[in-house]
Amino acid sequence: MSDHDYKPKSKVGQWFNDRLPLLTLANHLTDYPTPKNLNYWWTFGGILTFCLITQIITGLTLAMHYIAHADMAFESVEHIMRDVNYGWLIRYIHANGASMFFLAVYIHIFRSLFYGSYKSPREIIWILGIVIYLLMMAAAFMGYVLPWGQMSFWGATVITNLFSAIPLVGEGIVTWLWGGYSVDNPTLTRFFTLHYLIPFLILGLVVLHIWALHVPGNNNPVGIDIKKPSKDTVPFHPYIVIKDGFALLMFMIVFAFFVFYTPNILGHADNYIEANPMVTPAHIVPEWYLLPFYAILRSVPDKLLGVVAMLSAILILAALPWLDTSKIRSAVFRPLYKQFYWILVADVLILGYVGAMPAEGLYLLIARVATAYYFLHFLVILPVLGFKERTLPVPLSITEPILGGSPNLAAARHRESKIK
Amino acid sequence: MSDKKPKRREFLFTATTAVGAVGAAAVVWPMVDQMNPDASVKALASTEVDISSVKPGNTITVLWRGKPVFIRRRTKEEIEEARSVKMEELIHPEKDEDRAKNPEWLVMVGVCTHLGCVPLNDKGDYNGWFCPCHGSHYDTSGRIRKGPAPWNMEVPKYEFVNANTIKIG
Repeated sequence: MSDHDYKPKSKVGQWFNDRLPLLTLANHLTDYPTPKNLNYWWTFGGILTFCLITQIITGLTLAMHYIAHADMAFESVEHIMRDVNYGWLIRYIHANGASMFFLAVYIHIFRSLFYGSYKSPREIIWILGIVIYLLMMAAAFMGYVLPWGQMSFWGATVITNLFSAIPLVGEGIVTWLWGGYSVDNPTLTRFFTLHYLIPFLILGLVVLHIWALHVPGNNNPVGIDIKKPSKDTVPFHPYIVIKDGFALLMFMIVFAFFVFYTPNILGHADNYIEANPMVTPAHIVPEWYLLPFYAILRSVPDKLLGVVAMLSAILILAALPWLDTSKIRSAVFRPLYKQFYWILVADVLILGYVGAMPAEGLYLLIARVATAYYFLHFLVILPVLGFKERTLPVPLSITEPILGGSPNLAAARHRESKIK
Repeated sequence: MSDKKPKRREFLFTATTAVGAVGAAAVVWPMVDQMNPDASVKALASTEVDISSVKPGNTITVLWRGKPVFIRRRTKEEIEEARSVKMEELIHPEKDEDRAKNPEWLVMVGVCTHLGCVPLNDKGDYNGWFCPCHGSHYDTSGRIRKGPAPWNMEVPKYEFVNANTIKIG
């Protein structure tokens, strides 16, 4: 790469760049060599950046009208919806934006799982991503509390009570989190503060995430290391910028559909009832993006172990680079892994479904089987598969199979059908 | 101890670090403790309730420390049911005699010990309370009988000020 050789054309540019090499950075981002075979699953990084910026801008705007007080929060949200100019639009973008953010992040994560993007040398990118994901969940949860409706209040009660499962100090921690003996005004104000803070922490981590990405460069659908820059790469601008831009446009159509046509479908009607500490709604369900973990929590009959299982289900992802023992990254060349991958996708979807259902009878049984399989996938199947699986031959470069250089014609054809 | 005497610089280094650590802790603790309930919250710790209008078989719910407290005037059958249970059958063994000093009145914090929801009255497999969130069943003494909750519903400190008034807290 020519990063360090870059010299701005103008005198002023040179003068500035010698003192703060921002132009070198801009040049690096423009010329950044990118694999030329990236498919549309790779556009979700850009889409996620868009989601984060959207949430920050709409969030700042809402904060100008919202009042973080137990007596006024609910009313101030209604004030935003009814009185504030375009308040309804801004709030619907923010609320649905959270769902869109998670939709994109799940696609982004499952893309990494399919193409083995978490493997060496990209472990740090992956772990930073998991931390971002955890912070996203924290921010989403606290944001959901702010309207101070029934679901806000009882969701906050249930989630903070998870900490009471900790032996000895649990109750003390919960009281400390609440700032009282129940979820109340002190809880609301601190949640608002943290909800405001976390997106900026995420922003900082995103910078590190991208920085760590730019050290080894992008993984690609074939999952091989490529020379950079070479015949296998294209500069980020304009090639990837245009592709990302087009994907973003498609994504925004889906986003706009939710905002304008069905803005409340992902929420719960109960949250339009003001918080009441005396009455619990009949059926408490978290937002859709937390349902698989909620199902895992409920599938374990013991309080502490349920919480441990739920946290492990998320944290186990951080160990993934070491649990997956296969040297081949892309599932395109891993016939068995590819099948287990889709079983895992189905398993997570099933967990999400039963998470929304009452925890009894058949639903509970399904949740238990699916929970067991989730852990089986990461703790047994992945480590064993790396040793047992017969992988397909991997091309030497991205260009090779297209030029027909493979000695195995059938494998080359097979690959060509996969590598679009 | 080794024979080597610590050097002057080593001593200074250790002493500085130790004082620095104490100083840091002294700054961190107020930042942590500010989140705990303050005196104004703690001051709301007791409440008096008039129970003269509660008929047998009825429950009233009052707010105490931001949490609902159930005050139930139990029927003869309910008391009988609660007192005849064998201790071996209980997940969290507690005698009904200890939970309700005056057998007619059951006073307890109406918060499920699983994850803090408010259980529903006169519901569940044991004719007591049922928590809609994750399906815990409580009996007529508010003891956990089935489901994920680990403990019986908590009996707060309370006393009868006179025949018609209970002071909770």
